[in-house]
Parts: sequence; structure tokens; C-alpha cells
Amino acid sequence: MMDHLQQLENLSVHILREAYANFKSLGMLWSIGKDSTVLLWLTRKAFFGHVPFPLIHIDTHYKIPEMIKYRDWLTKDWKLNMIYGVNEAAIAEKQTFPDGNVDRITCCRLLKTEALKSTIIGEGRRYRFNHKKGDYELDRNTEAFTGIIVGVRSDEEGSRSKERYFSPRDKENLWDVGDQPPEFWSQFKTDFKAGTHVRIHPLLDWTELNIWEYIERENIPTVSLYYNHGDGKRFRSLGCYPCTYPIDSESRNVGEIIIELKSGKLKNIAERSGRAQDKDDGGGLETLRRDGYM
Amino acid sequence: MIPKTEHMSLVIVGHVDHGKSTVLGRLLVDTGSLPEGKLEQIRANCERNSKPFEYAFLIDALKDEQSQGITIDSARVFFRTKKRNYTLIDAPGHIEFLKNMVTGASRAEAAFLVIDAEEGVRENSRRHGYMLSMLGIRQTAIIVNKMDLVDFNKTVYEQIVTEYKEFLSRIGVTPICFLPASARTGEGIAGFNGSMPWHEGPSVLEVLDSFEKEVEPTSKSFRMPVQDVYKFTRYGDSRRIVAGTVLTGSVEVGDELIFFPSGKKGRIKTIESFNTASLREIQAGYAAGFTLDEQIYVTRGELAVKADEPMPKVTTRLRVNLFWLGKEPFRKKKEYILKLGATRVPVHIEEITRAINASDLHSDTERDGVKRHEVADCILKSSRAVAFDASQESALTGRFVIVDNYEICGGGIVREGLEDKQTWVRDKVFLRDYKWERSAISLEMRTEKYNQKPTLIIITGQKNSGKKPVAKALERKLFSDGKIVYFLGIGNVLYGIDADIKDTGNYREEHIRRLSEAANLLLNAGVIVVATAIELTSDDLEIIKTVVEPEKIEVVWVGEYVTTDIPNDLVIPDPRNTEEAVDLLKNLLQERGIIFRPW
Repeated sequence: MMDHLQQLENLSVHILREAYANFKSLGMLWSIGKDSTVLLWLTRKAFFGHVPFPLIHIDTHYKIPEMIKYRDWLTKDWKLNMIYGVNEAAIAEKQTFPDGNVDRITCCRLLKTEALKSTIIGEGRRYRFNHKKGDYELDRNTEAFTGIIVGVRSDEEGSRSKERYFSPRDKENLWDVGDQPPEFWSQFKTDFKAGTHVRIHPLLDWTELNIWEYIERENIPTVSLYYNHGDGKRFRSLGCYPCTYPIDSESRNVGEIIIELKSGKLKNIAERSGRAQDKDDGGGLETLRRDGYM
Repeated sequence: MIPKTEHMSLVIVGHVDHGKSTVLGRLLVDTGSLPEGKLEQIRANCERNSKPFEYAFLIDALKDEQSQGITIDSARVFFRTKKRNYTLIDAPGHIEFLKNMVTGASRAEAAFLVIDAEEGVRENSRRHGYMLSMLGIRQTAIIVNKMDLVDFNKTVYEQIVTEYKEFLSRIGVTPICFLPASARTGEGIAGFNGSMPWHEGPSVLEVLDSFEKEVEPTSKSFRMPVQDVYKFTRYGDSRRIVAGTVLTGSVEVGDELIFFPSGKKGRIKTIESFNTASLREIQAGYAAGFTLDEQIYVTRGELAVKADEPMPKVTTRLRVNLFWLGKEPFRKKKEYILKLGATRVPVHIEEITRAINASDLHSDTERDGVKRHEVADCILKSSRAVAFDASQESALTGRFVIVDNYEICGGGIVREGLEDKQTWVRDKVFLRDYKWERSAISLEMRTEKYNQKPTLIIITGQKNSGKKPVAKALERKLFSDGKIVYFLGIGNVLYGIDADIKDTGNYREEHIRRLSEAANLLLNAGVIVVATAIELTSDDLEIIKTVVEPEKIEVVWVGEYVTTDIPNDLVIPDPRNTEEAVDLLKNLLQERGIIFRPW
């Protein structure tokens, strides 16, 4: 009999293959964190070692530098088709929270949601990694993505617990949480009107603990920010450095994190508690997510 | 090493306001499953908005739900008992949100159905009970909640039990048990504090832990819908991998498979996987992939089965039970998309046997549509043959959804496959393919060598419309371009292969079958075949498509007006101008990738 992790893995692989078979213009949102790295690994499982679509990273210019280093190392090492998009106007006009001109929620909306929207439809500039040159260059391809794979999990916060595996977004990227399509028996919404896109969520049923157990089982490389390097601190969730704080933890490796999650003091602290924008959004990401935030 | 924990998905359903979210919230609190600060956060929110705290708020995390006080979509909650981990799905009880209830419930291995002791059995208590049985949920326990509102009265409880049991027996459902409880006071959820001395248990929590895990159906016949066929040549990988999730049974390296509806055969050469030890066998539940010993052309949508196990049903006529969730009714004379396994095929209603209101089991015959939230017995007709099992044989390969206007609008189970007009041909073709002696040269090798895709070009139109001159001119043109092409004259078949039936009167269907078989042999030799026929109908084409793979057929109509119902790939209005006609045909063949540009 399969264990729970195997069941999760096989359903995720099934979902990834359904997405690949049904969406000609498919991309995967890649945030460098543990969840999207597991998602990338599951993609290699689904396609027998290959990643047959581009990865999309939304760069806010405020990501922890080590995250970007890790992104580019993995891109080269696994020969990934990596694209990044950025809200260049907001950065240039200093419309950011660290510049002191907008609040956290607005900053998230501009640097993440807006950047994501314009990158998906191809209006915003996309930079693609050229493996021959070893650097990013402007991507000439401006075709809109019709399917976007995202690593959100239903246990992260309330609004995500209501998501579908295949979740439609209208022309404005809006998520109509009150009127979502039915989804049952491993049949998904794979038909969509022109100008709309579908978000695909293969990790919906995974918990934070499942993610770490899988990283351990498969020996998946992760960014070192998740581990304590002797100062008694580590990141539990990664984001922009002005709004993401490390937690107090002694865990130095995956095994210790699993023990900490299962039995230690983290059992009763929410995973995103180190993410300041959630608190400013009335206790959830709902306002941001209805508007197109992942 | 920490021991592995078992996991189960479970759904809570029932009529709106009967207390599902409260039961869930109470379970979370009583078992200490909430993250620290969550309870305080919700209490603080309530205080800020001057609202009394309710356990349901823990679940209704979305703002507009808290303002309306109803669950609009299934929310997932993670939760743990001493026995195992759970994903609890809170499904909405409002009739408008039945599609969300179905979504939530279909992901579950077991269900709690909640009934309000004061309100009693209501419309959605019954409708949800019906849906659980349609969805194939085998374990259901009934919680009679809000017992505090009826002073924990045993008689009230027993009346509800009697009434609801009677309803369930009419739809053939046997619940595991009934439980009296009050989520608000906590009575009967995680334990008892003496309010119901007449009830000896079990509690909700005990029943929860007594639900049995469903095991993967590995002992049934092997069934795997082909999700895709991968060839990642651009990454320097030459493997051709047939991928899909195994629904039932198991296979090993060396097993012979048949793919339906095409009837093609292949033997498993290797089982492929990433980052695992080499596998010899794959079983139900695994999203798998394998290579075959021959490069046969299989595509997404076929059903892989083992050659020595029972065949699936293959037909275009399905007798089904379905439920309808669409805003628009499910109507006769309209085309929909049927999705079954990995198959996707246009379908329409041939007959609505009866439509049933799921909340009171009232049924109508003589209907031309199925309304939202109704269930119905229908016969569906698909435009191509579909492979499946009757749902009583195998639930996983006998269920489907219907798509209307980009949305999944209904779902159901196939009761049986009915005979259609092509059954007699299909049976012969299955045997033919099963017995087919393959040459050592595969079709792929021929395609590569001849630089063309074997194709049957059928040129049809009215009598004397100039079909033959066009067909022969095309043959000449392709031949002079170095292609391997053959004009198959109808007469050549009629007086030879058909000699025994030519004078028996009504032999048209058998004649078309034999013509198709002759063409099939030529196609197998890698040839482009050009044939003509007078006024082919779509029924005729269905026979041809049953014998010859549909993707190898191009239908061309010559003449200004199409006088039959045949779907065509090209119309040549003026066949007298043969040069122009040949150019149009050449262009079609290039567009379809049958021959390459430039010539």
C-alpha cells in the first residue's frame, strides 16, 4: 500500500501531466522557496527528468540576495528554461514599501501581483537565461501564458484552502472565489476562453511537513537560508528581505526541521508568521489573492 | 526514525445552517489541532467587529463568508488524532453551492452528514445523501447535531433516524451509524458530559478514527488511461514513453497490452521513472510511464489494458446516470464534450429516460432537458467510440464529466455500453488487430524512408461531379513528385473482393468495410491512397473510421453543394478545373504534414 507522501506525489504528477497535455502555452511560477523547488522536482518526476516548459520568477529587487544566487546556480546546473519578470516602473518611481512611499500590501500588489500579471500576458518585459552566454537577455517571445503552475498549498492560509487544482483567472486576473468551477474525479477545468488563463496548483494537498518529508526522502537541494548556521536563526518562509523575518530555531538540516515541525515548538506557530504582509491584510492574503496574487 | 502516520480525507456535508462548520471547529479545538494564536486571532477579530465568537469562524476564513454566515466553498482543514492525520473538507450546504459540495465530497474517502435536530431532515440533507452515493463515497456516518436545542430528547433523535434511514434505503445507501451530538456545547464530539445518558457512544471522534482506509485496487484488471506519449528529443532523449495514472490492477515488464478504442497491441519493454531504482512492475495509484517494444502510434485518450484480461466496453452509445450542475439545462439537440479517463469526445443526448429531483426523489419521464441540481438516467451518443467499464464492474473507469461552454457542468457513471451501428465492424477489427502479424519494418521506418505519411484521401461528391478525374490528376501529380501513391478504384474492389456479395442487394455497408480493409493494407505499406465514392454519408465514414485510424483519413467533397451530412476537410467547388483542384489538395496535404513543403 502507498504511504501518504506517495499518494501526494502521484496526484501532483498526474496534475502536472494534465496541465502539459492541455495547455500549449504553459509556464511554472518559481519563487526559489521550498515549495516551488519540490514542484520543480515533481515536474522532473512527471516528465522523466525533463522540465518541458519555462520557469517564471517574479523578481521584486528586494529578494534576499542568496535566493537569486541559488536561482541562477540551479538554472545552470539543471539547464532550466528560466524567465524573470519585474515591475520596472514601480522600482524606477520608488513606489515601494522600503522606499517609504506605499504600505506593505500595496508594495506586494505592485512588485508581485502587477509584475506577475504583465509577465503572464507578455506586456511586461521578460528576461530569459541564455545558457550559451551564461546571462539573462530580453526575451523576444511575448506570447501570453494560458496555464501557470503555482506551488500554493491549502494549509498556508484560509483563502488558499478553498482553491481548485485548476483555478481560472479572468481577463483582469481576478479570482472569483464565490463562483469556482466544480472539480471532481480527477477531471479538471482545461477549457478556457481566449484572454483568460488557468492557475494550476499541484501542491494543494501538501502540508509544510509533507514538503520537508519529501525533500528528505528525495534528497532535493534547497537554499541554505532555511537552516540555522550557528546563530540560532533560520527562515521558515522566504520572501523579500524588508518583510520577511527569520525565526528562532536550532534546526541545521532537513531531518532536524522535520523533528521540529512534528514535535518541537513550531507545532503551534503558523508557517507564514514571519511574513509581515499577511498581518496587514486582515489576517490573510485574501485581498491580494482575489486580485491575482499567488 | 519517526513512524509514518496514516492519512485520510474526509468531508462534512448537510443542509445549510445545520452546523457543519461548528462541528469541524469544535473538533479542531477539542483535539488541540489549531496552530497557536489562531483561536485568539479569531476571537480578537470578533471582538473588533462586535460579533459573538463562533467555532465556525475558524473554518470560514474568507471575509465575505463571515459576513454572510455561510460556507460558499469547500475549505480544507488539516487535523490530527492519535490514530492518524486528516484532511477535513467542509462542504457548503447551500443549494446554490452544490457544485462546491460535489467538489469537496469527491476528494473524500468517508463522510459525515450533519442534520439539525431541531429543523429535522431538509432538502439538502437528502440531496447530499444522494450525491454521496453518486460520487461513490462508501462510508457515511450521520450526525444529528444541535441536540441542545431539543433538550437532548431521545424521541426527537429517533424520529430523525427513522425518517432519514427510510430515505437512504430508497437510494440503496446504508450508513455506518447515526450519532447524536451538540457541537456548540461539545457533547458527543470528542466525548460526553452526561447530557445524553440514553446514548452510550460512540462519539464523533471515535467514529472518525473507525473509518477504514481505502486501498488501491491492485487486484482488479489493469486499466490505465493514456494521458500522453512523450518524446523529449529536444533534450537528447530518444525514449518514447507512454504515460498515465494506473487506475486499477498492475503490469510488469514483458506484459502484452492492448490499447482501446484503437485495438493496437504492444509489449512493455521498460518501466520508466525518475530518481528511483529500476522498476519491474507498476500498480494502481501510480502515475507511471513505460516504453513499448515497438513504435506503435498510440495517443492520449486511449485506454491501456492487459491482453489476457477482460476487455473494456467500446462503443458510441452509453447508458448513464448523471447529475447536472450547469446554469443552463442539459438539453437534447445540443453538443457537449464528454471527458472520461483521458478521453475527450463530442457527445449529445440520445434519450432522457427519466429526470429525478434528488431531494424528494420525484421523477419525470418525457423530458427534453435536465435542470440544474437534478439527476437523470440518459443514453448518450458520442461522435467517436469510447473505451470504459460499466461502473458496477469498475467505478474508476466507468465515470465521466460533461463540459459545456468551457465548464464542467455535470458528471455521472456509465451503467452499460449499448450496441451502435459500428459494433459489427469494430468486433472484426479487434480480432484483426489482435491477430495482426507485424512485419519487421515499422510504419515509422516506412514514413521516414518514403518521406510521407500514409493517408487515405477520400474524394466524394454527387454522381458525375468529376471525382475520378481529380483523383487521378492528384495521383499523377504526387507520383511525379516522387511520392508513393495509389488510386484505388471502387470497381477494382467491387468485382474482386466483393464478388461474393455484389449481387445480394443491400451490401453497401459490407462493401464499405471491405474497401476500407483494402485501403488499410495499402496504408500499412506506407502508401498514400486516393479513393472516390459517390455521396458518402457520415454513417459510411464512421465505418471507414472504425477500420482505418481516423487520423489517417482526409475527406474531400467535390462540387458546389455538399448534399450529405459528411464532415469534410476540404470542399472543391469547381472540380472541372483539375489543375486548381490538385493545387488545393496539395496544399491540404502540406498543411496536415502528410507531405512536406517545398516540393
